[in-house]
Amino acid sequence: MSLSFDIALCFPDFALQVAAELPARGLTVLFGPSGSGKSSLLRVLAGLERGAEGRVSFGGEIWQDGRRFLPPHRRGVGYVFQDARLFPHLDVQGNLDYAVRRARGRGARPDPDVVGAALGLGPLMRRQVAQLSGGQRQRVAIARALLSCPRVLLMDEPLSALDAAARAEILPHIEALRDAAGVPILYVTHSAEELARLADRVMILRDGCVRREGPLAEVLSDPDAIPALGVREAGAVLPATLSAHTGDGLSVLSISGGELVLPRVEADPGARLRVRIHAHEVIVARRRPSALSALNILPATVTQVRLGEGPGAAVQLRLGEDLILARITRRSALALGLAPGVDCYAIVKSVAVAQGDVGGFSGE
Amino acid sequence: MPDLGVDLGPVWLTLKLAGLVAVILVALATPLAWWLAHTRVRARPVIEAVTALPLVLPPTVLGFYILVLFAPDTALGGLWVRATGTTLTFSFTGLVLASMLYSLPFAVQPLQAAFEAVGRAPLEAAATLGAGPRDAFFSVAAPMALRGYLTALVLSFAHTVGEFGVVLMVGGNIPGKTRVLSIAIYEHVETLDYAGAQTLSAGLLVFSFVVLLAVYTLNRRAPGRALR
Repeated sequence: MSLSFDIALCFPDFALQVAAELPARGLTVLFGPSGSGKSSLLRVLAGLERGAEGRVSFGGEIWQDGRRFLPPHRRGVGYVFQDARLFPHLDVQGNLDYAVRRARGRGARPDPDVVGAALGLGPLMRRQVAQLSGGQRQRVAIARALLSCPRVLLMDEPLSALDAAARAEILPHIEALRDAAGVPILYVTHSAEELARLADRVMILRDGCVRREGPLAEVLSDPDAIPALGVREAGAVLPATLSAHTGDGLSVLSISGGELVLPRVEADPGARLRVRIHAHEVIVARRRPSALSALNILPATVTQVRLGEGPGAAVQLRLGEDLILARITRRSALALGLAPGVDCYAIVKSVAVAQGDVGGFSGE
Repeated sequence: MPDLGVDLGPVWLTLKLAGLVAVILVALATPLAWWLAHTRVRARPVIEAVTALPLVLPPTVLGFYILVLFAPDTALGGLWVRATGTTLTFSFTGLVLASMLYSLPFAVQPLQAAFEAVGRAPLEAAATLGAGPRDAFFSVAAPMALRGYLTALVLSFAHTVGEFGVVLMVGGNIPGKTRVLSIAIYEHVETLDYAGAQTLSAGLLVFSFVVLLAVYTLNRRAPGRALR
């Protein structure tokens, strides 16, 4: 059962026009700067924006087309709003019960106790909503949406109103949700960090149109996607497995193209992780450098070179089965004679690590 | 019941009238206030102005038009006579209807303000959790607008207790049917029974104060968003 849509929504100063089909499971990030139409698209899919033209359907069920319009309470979407939108006249338990009572029986209903425990809500159950911190509110909102038994989960920038500490507190919950939930998740964000950590697939939205769509690893390693993502945020995400911790406080991760040695990663050996390598953290060398402080020097092959309009250049490298990006100067790219097929070494200065598989690569 | 030297009939009649008016009016004002809070229709200011008219019209003017409307030779008055055999004018039922018109803004405006304060956001959240519009109203909007309801109930009750001009025009001064407190006080003064007028007036004063005090105290403790 997948969600497919082809919709248009006009505002006085901007128009949204998007057609796509969401896979039946996994987390798709709708990425783009503010004002690109991400939240509007989510509202259209939930049925909260009546002015949209076009068609939305889920499996064989038509949610809207020219004549029909299924109201939001019949669509079975779970919606996590940016501002949580908990009901202030109910306590935490009351908010969760509200969803449980109205959940439409489709297959196995999630157990409220299990969901509450997974999101760490046990001690909060009898609290009034006004007494919760921003992060707690958002965890309650996520639990509430899950307990409504949604067929699709829509999350509209659930972390953007939170401070860094609260974001760090909630991100692992969303990662766990992505890996455990049997429903497709559409997640709106303008944060490249959330994109890299959470997405299985990505849809980049700019000015109301989809600029790029595909599996996360493919889009993030595509030099042509850099402008849409933003130069500072460009960088590939690859799957890794933690192979060992060393005695001197480092961890060894194996990737398809070799091994990465990083400062201690909090995970058990065998854990599947996703590592993000920023394009500006990669140095390219034609010969293996010696007497260098960098620990991670990996043999690679150039697959693409994209010279920018300015002084920069993006180089796509193949590392085993994975692709990464390096952002270097145009001068270096020309001086080193980088071209598709050229063998070289990628010197990786730093790596960000997150829990979970990279979509599309996970044990398939 | 101690003998206060006055006929307490008007007191009970007033409480019955004000209680009935407050409850029925708040129930009927809810859809209107809801519509005014959510509509984007251009005619909204017109409806709002009409709703607020009883605030500025002298009660005698309002009473005069209601009297004309209720007269047995008009459509409404005639229908009532045919259906019940009695006239709307100079009857308790007529008084209830007239008082509802007279107190309309005191029910609609607090409710409208409360619904506007609740806004659409919680209703959207309720809808995505599977609540239909009716369900969302009773389970989210109404409880969140609780203060608005309290205010609307009390203000329409108090305003009806205090009405005089409309009652005089539409209801007259029939003991047990339309002689409410304010009319009785007026009657005591007219007949130079200042002691009787004093007893009823003082009672009304204390009663009004106590009710308002109770409501403001409750209002402070009530959950949900602040009104206005």
